[in-house]
Order: sequence, then C-alpha cells, then structure tokens
Amino acid sequence: MTLQDAMLLSLRSVASYRVRSLLIILAMAFGVAAVVVLTALGDGARRYVANQFSSIGTNLIIVLPGRAETTGAFPGAVMGQTPRDLTLKDAQLVGRLAQVKRYAPLNIGVAELSAANRLREVTVLGSSADLIPIRHMTLAQGSFLAHGSGHSAQIVLGAKMASDFFPEGKAIGQRIRLGEMRFLVSGVLAAQGESMGFNTDEIVIIPIDYAQTLFNTSSLFRILVEAKSRRDIPSAKLAILDTLKQSHDGEEDITVITQDAVLATFDRILRALTLAVAGIAAISLTVAGILVMNVMLVAVNQRTAEIGLLKAIGADAADIRRLFFIEALWLSMAGAIFGFLLGQFGSLLLRLAYPQLPAWAPVWASLAGILVALVTGILASLLPANRAAKLDAVKALSRK
Amino acid sequence: MIHLAEITRKFQMGDQAVYALDKVDLNIAAGEYVSIMGPSGSGKSTLLNIIGLLDRPDSGCYELDGKNVTELSETEQARVRRKKIGFVFQAFHLVPRLTAAENIELPLILNGTPPVERQTLVAEALQAFDLQSRAQHRPAELSGGQRQRVAIARATILQPSAILADEPTGNLDHVIGAEVMMLLENLHHAGTTLIMVTHDRELGARARRHIGMRDGKIVTDVS
Ligand SMILES: Nc1ncnc2c1ncn2[C@@H]1O[C@H](COP(=O)(O)OP(=O)(O)OP(=O)(O)O)[C@@H](O)[C@H]1O
Ligand SMILES: [Mg+2]
Repeated sequence: MTLQDAMLLSLRSVASYRVRSLLIILAMAFGVAAVVVLTALGDGARRYVANQFSSIGTNLIIVLPGRAETTGAFPGAVMGQTPRDLTLKDAQLVGRLAQVKRYAPLNIGVAELSAANRLREVTVLGSSADLIPIRHMTLAQGSFLAHGSGHSAQIVLGAKMASDFFPEGKAIGQRIRLGEMRFLVSGVLAAQGESMGFNTDEIVIIPIDYAQTLFNTSSLFRILVEAKSRRDIPSAKLAILDTLKQSHDGEEDITVITQDAVLATFDRILRALTLAVAGIAAISLTVAGILVMNVMLVAVNQRTAEIGLLKAIGADAADIRRLFFIEALWLSMAGAIFGFLLGQFGSLLLRLAYPQLPAWAPVWASLAGILVALVTGILASLLPANRAAKLDAVKALSRK
Repeated sequence: MIHLAEITRKFQMGDQAVYALDKVDLNIAAGEYVSIMGPSGSGKSTLLNIIGLLDRPDSGCYELDGKNVTELSETEQARVRRKKIGFVFQAFHLVPRLTAAENIELPLILNGTPPVERQTLVAEALQAFDLQSRAQHRPAELSGGQRQRVAIARATILQPSAILADEPTGNLDHVIGAEVMMLLENLHHAGTTLIMVTHDRELGARARRHIGMRDGKIVTDVS
C-alpha cells in the first residue's frame, strides 16, 4: 500500500464517522485555541505594559525623595533624622551631570481653577520647559512653558481642561485664576488619554517656581531625568546618587528608579505568566489526547470485522497500523489547524474588544500549540493502532 | 498445489483442548473443484483458514506451490494471501463506508497497483460481474446477491490461483445462491482452484471432489 493510498483511505474513515471525527477535532481545536488565545492575552498584556512604559519617555530616570529600603531600618530614622527634601538646587545639580541630557523638576498638588465663570478643583503640575520632550507630550495649540528662570505666569491646559473651560476653543491668551494666583494660558496639550494611571488631559501645568509658591513648599515631588543614551543609564543613576549624597551631607536619602529596570521587571513577570498560562492550556491538549485514544480504541472495536477482512485480502499488520495511525493524524491535524484559526479569531475578537491591548499570539506559542496537538494525537493513536494491527484475523472476521 | 501434512489446530477451552483439526493430511491439485461438508464444529472453516494462511496450525506442514508456508513471517504470509488466495465469506464482509467499486479496488490498493491500472481492472471486474450500474452504491444499498458478487469480484481482482469460499450462499435464497454458484464455477472453468465449504448437499454434490469432515478429521474424500 502506498502512503498516498493509506492517507486517502484514512481520510475516508475520518469523513465517514462524522460525529466522532467532529468531536475529536473540536476537543483538539479547543486545546490549541486556548493556547493561542491565552498566550495572545498574556503577550498582549506584556506589550501593553511595555508600550505604556515607553510612552512616558525614553531613557527615563526618576529621582524621588526618601530611600526605598526593603531590609533594615531607615538610616535617617536610626540617627533620629527625617529624610531631606529634594530641592530645585538638587535638580540643577543633576542637570549638570555629563550623562544627563535634560531634566524636569516636578511638583504636584490640587488647586481651585476659575475661568470663564467656571470653578473646579484641578490637579496642578509644576515643572519646566523640558517636561514636554522628557515625557513625550505634544502640544495641540500655543506654546509650552518658556525656557529659563524668571518666566511669566504661564499655564498650559490639558486637552479636557481646555475644552471644559473654553468650549469655543479659544483658550490661548485667556486669563485664569489658580487659587489666589493669576495665569495666562499659553498652550493646550494634545489629547493623550490615560497612561500609567495618570490622565494628562485633566491636568494643568505651571512653572515650577509658581507651583512652589502656590503650594507653599520648597521641596520637589520628583525629578524627571533623561539620560543621554540607553548606555548612560546605569552610570547616570550612580552619578545622581553620588551627587545628591554629597549635596545631602553624605546621606543617601533618595531613590533613583530607571524606566529600563522597571520595564525589565514587568517584562519578566508577564513573560513568565504567559508561559505558565500556555502550559496550563497545553495540559488541556493532553486531555484531548486521551479522548483521541479512547475514541480510536472504540473505532478499532467497531471496525474489528473490517480489520479482519483487510487481513484476509492481504493487508499485513504494518498496513493496518498505518491506516489507524494516519487516521488519528488527520484528526489531530484538522484539530490543530482549526484550533489555530479559532485562536486567531479569538485574538482578533480580543483586539476588537480591547483596542489598546495588542493581543497577538506569539509565533512560538502557535507553533507549540500545533506541535503539542500533533504529538499528543500521534502518541494517543499508537496504542489503538497497535491493537488493531495485532487483531487475530479469524476471530475478527467471526465477530459480528 | 496445496499439500497439508499432519496439520493440527487446537483451541484451549479452559483446561480442555478442542482439536479443530486433528492431524489432517490433504492434497489439492491446481484447478480442482472441491467441496467440504460436515456437521457444525467439525473444523471446515478452520481448515479453510489454514489453507488461506489466515490461521496458523499448531503443528504439521503446509506446502503451497511447493513452498513451505508455515514458516513464513506474518508479513510474508499476507503477501502470499494477497497474490494467491481469494476469500469469499458467508457474511460478504464488505467495508460499509466504501462503494462497490472501492470495495473491489481494495486488494489492488493493498498491492500497491498504480491508480490508472486500478481503474481499468475495477471497470473490467464490474462488467464481468454485471455490477456497472451499482458501482457507486454502498453495500447497504445492494441486495444480498449483489453484495456477494462484489465480494467475489474483490476476491478475484488480483487473479488468485485459489478461491476459498466459506458457505458463500449461506445468506442467500435458493435462486440467488444458484447464480452465485454459477459465477464461482465459471472461475473454476477458467482454471482457478475452487474450495467451497457448504452445508447444502445439492451444492456440495456439484463439485468434482467431496471431502467430509467430522471432529477435526477428514472422514471421506470422494472424487
Ligand atoms: N477461536 C476459537 N476458540 C475456541 N474454539 C474455536 C475457535 N475457533 C473454532 N473453535 C472450535 O473449533 C472447532 C471447529 O470450528 P470451525 O469453525 O472450524 O467449525 P465449522 O466446521 O466451520 O462449523 P460451522 O459449520 O458451524 O461453521 C469448533 O469446535 C469450534 O468451537
Ligand atoms: Mg464454519
């Protein structure tokens, strides 16, 4: 018997026992589809987080006051001191470092905004001109905060603030009161939506010194730093720690977070999660494999007389084994392909339902899902095919 | 052509051994027409299965066309069976999901005959057994006589030297049975060895040689 004939004959069996074949194919398909969809979800989440992180800036380093310690006591606390605040002077020191391309001090608070007979509490960000390039923000209209010190009382509105207070769209040049202070609208941010749980559409930005006056503080909330290049990030981090330690009388009371490190951690966690989820989905394929085995065993039982007949007209054990083996292979192959398509369709639905989530199944996962389906199908068919091949022809023929 | 010497086939039933064949000696020449008769359980089917290499004797020697076939491997026996033996059963044993033409084609497929050649051979067989109009029908859509004609066409498609028929008319009525007998006897006239097991005295009498069996032994052998 040629391989081609064996394949055609087995295909006839697959097509003839429709319900049985459909059942196996579905079981296989759901297993493969689960692998594809779940990895698409996992990898989509990973890419979503990565996108969000890179959207907040490039080569970003964040300096914050206080020392994040996971072990041991707070050094300042031991000495009976409170951690020193970050100041504008600290920010300027950091800005002078060779590895630093630009920096932006940051203050944050809430104030009452009144303009055009409207009144509302808003989140106020105090910063400087370089915030725009560091945070990858774009302006819709006007200009951002001016460079240098001694700037005027400018205010930049988030997209939603601008449209709420000035629905006609003529925000630029308008006067606004923020608490007890007066500002002139110089620009409007482009709508950006939420990123990292922070909606830049609903904030206003004013120069850092005005913010410090407004909130009556001399300390900074954060210093955002952009390193010259990716390679400079580790040395920049060390230099910042060193500089601010000197500035703080030898006390290391600040924390430096790099975007890279955080991103890498999230990436690792989500990759591991995707892998685990794929593994669990693959286990469902084993269940499908057991189903294949059982159904094939039933098929051998059902077709005992036929196997006896094939032997009577000259088939040997290898022929019979091959026929049942290829039959199981057809079923697993159909299941794998159908499952892959089903999984791709599921991922498409996910992407349509959550446009922000890039739910594409990684190629390795799709291949692994298909491969595992085929291997389980093959393994599951070995026992039934062998049993069929070993059937005693005379007994098989006398069975009704 | 067929040379059996002291062939024994026994089945263990619990602690008791049943001798389906008990030291059977039998010689059948090429082109003979032999009927085998005897009471139920006398070993007729077992003898046919051993001759057809579907079963192995527990002891004894079987020579087919001058070659000792008892020692052949399973695969080699399958080859010999395919080329030299054609089985016809009482229960027809057609593959239910295949059409008449496809059932007839099966031995050719197992033999590895190229598809083009297969088509002509099957077409010829369909014509020879008057089955052209039934070629694309499945066994369930055929009458008993048509089914047995398909089975005979299948058994002869590779032109075996011997046809082994185990009660070929057992499931057919008298008239149809006679038609089937005609077909088998035509094969014999064309030179094929025909060995037939039957319970029907009348049919058995049509053969040139009559073998009677009882308790696993050949008790009469009349030519
Ligand atoms: N697989 C088997 N296991 C046990 N005993 C068997 C087996 N096959 C046949 N036998 C026994 O061997 C003996 C001969 O059986 P066989 O089928 O050859 O008889 P038969 O002459 O063909 O009978 P029938 O006319 O009913 O078909 C019987 O006693 C039967 O019970
Ligand atoms: Mg019998």
